[in-house]
Amino acid sequence: MNITLKNIHKSFGRVHANNNINVTLTEGQIVGVLGENGAGKSTLMKILSGFQPADSGEIWIDDQFVSYDGPEAAIGRGIGMLQQDPLDVGAFTVLENFVYGRSGGILPRWSQAEQELNRYVRDFGFELDPTLWIEQLSIAQRQQLEIVRLFALGVKVLILDEPTTGISADQKAILFDALRRLAHDDKLIVLLVSHKLEDVIDLCDSVIVLRAGERVGDMMMPDSATITPEQISATKTHLVELMFGQEMALHERSLATLGETVMSLDDLHMRSKRLDISGVRLSIRAGEIIGLAGLDGSGQELFMRAACGLAPVHSGHIRLGERDLTGKPYRHFMQTGVIFGAAGRLEEGLIAGLTLTEHLALVESTAGAIHWPRMVDETNARIAHYNVRGQANSRIEQLSGGNQQRMLMALLPENPRVLILEQPTRGLDVDSSRWIWQQLLERRQRGAAILFSSPELDELVAYSDRILVFYAGRIYEIPDVAGITIDRLGHLIGGEFNG
Amino acid sequence: MCKQSPIWQIVFGVLPVFLAVLIAAMLVIAVDRDPVEVVTNIWEGAFRNTKSFAGVLNFWIPLTLVCVGLTVTFRSGLWNIGIEGQILIGAMFASWGALYIQLPEALAPLQIAIEIALGILGGMLWAGIAGALKVWLGVHEIFGGMALNSIASVWGIYLISGPWYPEGGSAQQSAPFSKVALLPGISDDWPVSLLALVLTVMALIIVPLILNRTRWGLQLKATGKNQRSALLLGVPINTVAMSSFLVCGGLAGIAGAYRTLFTYGSFRPLASGGIGFLGLLVVLLASTRTLWIPVITFLFAAILSGSTRLRVAMQLDASLAQVLQSTLVLLFLLVGGLRQRFEARSATPVEPEAAQPPVQTRAGGEVIAP
Repeated sequence: MNITLKNIHKSFGRVHANNNINVTLTEGQIVGVLGENGAGKSTLMKILSGFQPADSGEIWIDDQFVSYDGPEAAIGRGIGMLQQDPLDVGAFTVLENFVYGRSGGILPRWSQAEQELNRYVRDFGFELDPTLWIEQLSIAQRQQLEIVRLFALGVKVLILDEPTTGISADQKAILFDALRRLAHDDKLIVLLVSHKLEDVIDLCDSVIVLRAGERVGDMMMPDSATITPEQISATKTHLVELMFGQEMALHERSLATLGETVMSLDDLHMRSKRLDISGVRLSIRAGEIIGLAGLDGSGQELFMRAACGLAPVHSGHIRLGERDLTGKPYRHFMQTGVIFGAAGRLEEGLIAGLTLTEHLALVESTAGAIHWPRMVDETNARIAHYNVRGQANSRIEQLSGGNQQRMLMALLPENPRVLILEQPTRGLDVDSSRWIWQQLLERRQRGAAILFSSPELDELVAYSDRILVFYAGRIYEIPDVAGITIDRLGHLIGGEFNG
Repeated sequence: MCKQSPIWQIVFGVLPVFLAVLIAAMLVIAVDRDPVEVVTNIWEGAFRNTKSFAGVLNFWIPLTLVCVGLTVTFRSGLWNIGIEGQILIGAMFASWGALYIQLPEALAPLQIAIEIALGILGGMLWAGIAGALKVWLGVHEIFGGMALNSIASVWGIYLISGPWYPEGGSAQQSAPFSKVALLPGISDDWPVSLLALVLTVMALIIVPLILNRTRWGLQLKATGKNQRSALLLGVPINTVAMSSFLVCGGLAGIAGAYRTLFTYGSFRPLASGGIGFLGLLVVLLASTRTLWIPVITFLFAAILSGSTRLRVAMQLDASLAQVLQSTLVLLFLLVGGLRQRFEARSATPVEPEAAQPPVQTRAGGEVIAP
């Protein structure tokens, strides 16, 4: 079966996540979907797999217009998606998981299903014991189960979102073999959303590239059986160009004199379910801005949270001046002037249901009793100073995203020592972003060090004194940002640390 | 959300009462009695004379204390289901003081102060365990609370059938407390404890003030609405959760002490009599309208107390009143839910932001208000 997406549009507020996208997918092909964070890949895949509707546009299957609502219906049409975190149910066995979601009688035929499952598992070269509980499976095995399950449901299009994150090289080889078999022998369409260029070049037959919601190009991939290292490198360069574009506006770099070391990380080791980051040594000086680059989930989030007590540190030390704050909760960091700002404002940072005054009172009041009239005055002063469009008694969720971000700025202390900010300008337009940076640079002039992550390469290059590039938990330091090319940065983000 | 016209406000307020009365009336008719007579009897049972009115207050005092305590845990987003157990352990600790501390009559005020302090301590201990389970071990407060309730209840039964088994008595209650150990009533015509009444009124005034005017109160609210954000805004969320449990437990402890030191005059394993669960319903009903709490508790206390007359006068079990109460709560919640739907539907085009949760996508950033 062939699929055509016609004129797909999808907006989130002012962000045009998918802008008039047209794609034709032919059966038997493995197609890579590339793009930097926020390019619109996931949105497009979610539209195709029924997780969210498009604002406008059409989906055609074999020259027939179709419309469906929800992932179940999409599977009914033969389109299944493997989530980054496979959506299986915890308290079930592998076999139960395989069986649920199927149509048919009330009583499943267990022995028949088990035979079927075992046959698929053998054919694909997977290793799955039907009696195991889902929690006992590795991420790779969960993926295998999802693939088998969707295939058994008769799916003709299989969408995979970052399937190689958190699995070993051997498991990756097994996965890729299975995917090749599905596409080339069983004539499925396999769509691979990935940030990892080597994976894409290795596996895919062709690639489409999205940038800022638009389809900006596509490319046939060289045959992976005969490919030379030079070809790989040339293909990568071409893909990076397509993903990030050539032009990059360089801002005036504001230079600040660096002060003493305010924070030092000594042989820090942190772990999450998917990542293991070890041996991090970093001294951060007053007035220094360090940009954290990397694709989503490469370790920046874990690193930033661990550095301020919001994620556990496995070993090593975090020192602020003379004080060792390793293992202390975030509140202690905050009291020493280390402030964390999360990317999701209303999920982490602001409290829906509380007014602006209440927010300020939370961070400002030190005494037991709150003097509300004074707090309202203070809030009004901040509203005026930070140009927030809202009232002191507005609830925070009544403000627009940009104004919420301004309010967050208003809540920051005047003289922080270290600001650790996840994507501080996410979802903001150019003016709002510039305003945020103006505020941050003012604090930097007063001696604050800033660590920030961003998916925007030019934002990283424009403001950072140093850049740390994260890839699968490894970190590459760019000590002199002035000497870096966007091309090189793109390669680093894709994991090419050597060369 | 758009404002409803006053007519609808009244309809939504009166409708559940009307329906509850209708259902209760049908029940009464079904057992072949006259509903009007039932209502008259409940009214008489509650407000016939000063003694019956004092009887209403005897329910009102512990119920209100419990409700005030629950507003604190609700504010911090916690479901303190363990309140029943906290009342009972409070009653148990106070009873221990009444049974084993025997001060001379001249020191009766001190004796009573110690007993009440023990009651507070007991309630706080039991709430503290639920809190610690929640905060440090991740046991949901509803499950922890349920378990602690049944442990408290079993412990109570053990005490009166073992260590506190009264000589020649039955295993229903402990030996009666000595006169010094009991809370005194105001007078024979007004058999109600002035001290408890004052404490309750104070709690009604002070606790809302603390919740609304102090940093701690604000921290509770912030934690209740969004823990993760509260943490980033510098709220010590664990301390906040623990302290709200302790305050609630303390108030429940006073309620338990009152039940045992005044209402019964001895320890009973059923000292709480379901007041904790009833309190949860009241607070649920009142939701953010805390000023209504003393009014609702008064209504419930009147029905509870007045219905004790049904048995004598009409050979009807007093549990009929509980049926009425529960129906009332259920219908209030039901009509409240209907109202929200109704309002949501009529308000949709006004503010689309409020209707849908913030959608996040990795691709497109986040929803920005139009």
